[in-house]
Amino acid sequence: MPAALQTRALAKRYGPIEALRGVELEVGEGELVGLLGPNGAGKSTLVKIAVGLVRASGGETTVCGAPAGSRVARASLGYLAELFRFPGWYSADEVLRLHQRLAGSHGGEAERAELLGLVGLLDARDRTVDAMSKGMQQRLGIAQALVGSPRLLLLDEPTSALDPAGRRTVRRLLEELRARGVAVLLNSHLLSEVELVCDRVVILSGGSVVAAGTPDELSRARGVEIETATGLREFPDATREDAPRIVAELVAAGERIYEVRVRRTTLEETYLRAVGEEAT
Amino acid sequence: MRGLGVVVGYALRESLRRRVFAIVLVLTAVFLGLYALGTDRAFQEVADFERDPVLQAVDERTLAGATLLGLAMFGTLFLGAVLAVFLTHAVVRGDAERGLLQPLVVRPLGRTTLLAARFLAAAAVCAAYAAGLFAATAGITYWAGAWWPDRFWLPAAELAAAVVVICMLSLLGSVFLSATANGIAVFMLVGAGIVGGLLGQIGDALDSETLVDVAQKASWALPFEALYQDALHSISSKSFGLTGEILRLGPFGGAQPAGGALAPWVAGYLAAAGALAALFFARKDL
Repeated sequence: MPAALQTRALAKRYGPIEALRGVELEVGEGELVGLLGPNGAGKSTLVKIAVGLVRASGGETTVCGAPAGSRVARASLGYLAELFRFPGWYSADEVLRLHQRLAGSHGGEAERAELLGLVGLLDARDRTVDAMSKGMQQRLGIAQALVGSPRLLLLDEPTSALDPAGRRTVRRLLEELRARGVAVLLNSHLLSEVELVCDRVVILSGGSVVAAGTPDELSRARGVEIETATGLREFPDATREDAPRIVAELVAAGERIYEVRVRRTTLEETYLRAVGEEAT
Repeated sequence: MRGLGVVVGYALRESLRRRVFAIVLVLTAVFLGLYALGTDRAFQEVADFERDPVLQAVDERTLAGATLLGLAMFGTLFLGAVLAVFLTHAVVRGDAERGLLQPLVVRPLGRTTLLAARFLAAAAVCAAYAAGLFAATAGITYWAGAWWPDRFWLPAAELAAAVVVICMLSLLGSVFLSATANGIAVFMLVGAGIVGGLLGQIGDALDSETLVDVAQKASWALPFEALYQDALHSISSKSFGLTGEILRLGPFGGAQPAGGALAPWVAGYLAAAGALAALFFARKDL
């Protein structure tokens, strides 16, 4: 089965500016991949190329095996733009009905009710977009992206307007989608969110992939801390595997051990190191 | 085709919900009210012609009716242009900048279908409006002075086609220009076309070939003007004698008939402008 999203040597140039420089990226079936990077790194451009809003200058992009932008590719994906708006006089239910018809979905009222329930808007199904808060509109946008049960979901900053409760709703939704086998490319500035839910993380900087891997792979050992009766003992060069030996040596030396912590870099530290100069 | 119908329905609903539509309806009501009042008064005034030995040879009802309906047709074209521009000036770039376009474009229906649907919806609303307003003003003219234009269906169709051409120009402009810039540009084009037509009428009255030639070229380059001129001509095309001469010297009487080439030219013009819009929209980064 082809990857849900695959880019090969993807390049995009806006006049003299190189927005993407040979990006290689793959999102497997049912995989949840986080796309990170500073402003201007090329994240939104990459997503827009995948959904057919922007034409690539070079390279290749496929969605479920079909060329990005083709009718087949567009029928396979759901998309939430960073900046989007629905007509203000449409109710939540009408927005979804419109997109069902455009997507050729036969899910009917049952699908609309399910999607509104997933994003916590079932009680607001008859409320017009104009009468919704920004956060509610964003959740409606996510529901719209899920119309027609797409195999690939591309979310560009889906939680930027959400409060903590709304973010948790979206996190649960992403986990639910993963369980259903939907592939997700999540473009977000919120590293903690990406770290919590994503199977893999890709960091873009200056139009190139500067780091990629699972959150575990991207974080590295930063020593072991042991709290003893005589105070905190630090072993900065030790790894997780060294911890039992160190504890045994301390106990043998008569120390009382209260807590052992294996320290690792956070995704934020890895990110800042990867994007380096631009972040500073 | 299913996608086309969905977007036509969406765009029709959007057109009728826009505030500008309500404003145009209010302006139309005011315009029709004033037109009824003015027409009624004008026909009462020209009734005195019968007592004037010089003007006795003039068919006063035809003179007043054709002149007033010509004025109403100018108003119809102007209001139709306002509606056409406001329904289409933001279809591509304006809607993309507001984030309304992206959720629709990524759906499988395709950009050309989306553009065609938006055009069809706006054209349907504007054509119905222009033809309806012409019929209403013709009806008021008949009510006030028992005068009916020499031809009815042709000018109604031509006015409708004129605003459809403006819709297409505005749609094409929306691919390249922001909403405000496009609105201004299309209104300037409409103004330029109307001024070109007036120049032609002045040239006709002064027997200036150069002015008439320039006006004709301008009206074919902007065929809404050629359609408007032909429509104006057709409402009094059967007038003759002194009445006919006075009408031709009047503000709306110097209009030139366009001939049989106008309809195919307009059809080709619309097709070419539509194809250009589709071509550039297909290549546009959003």
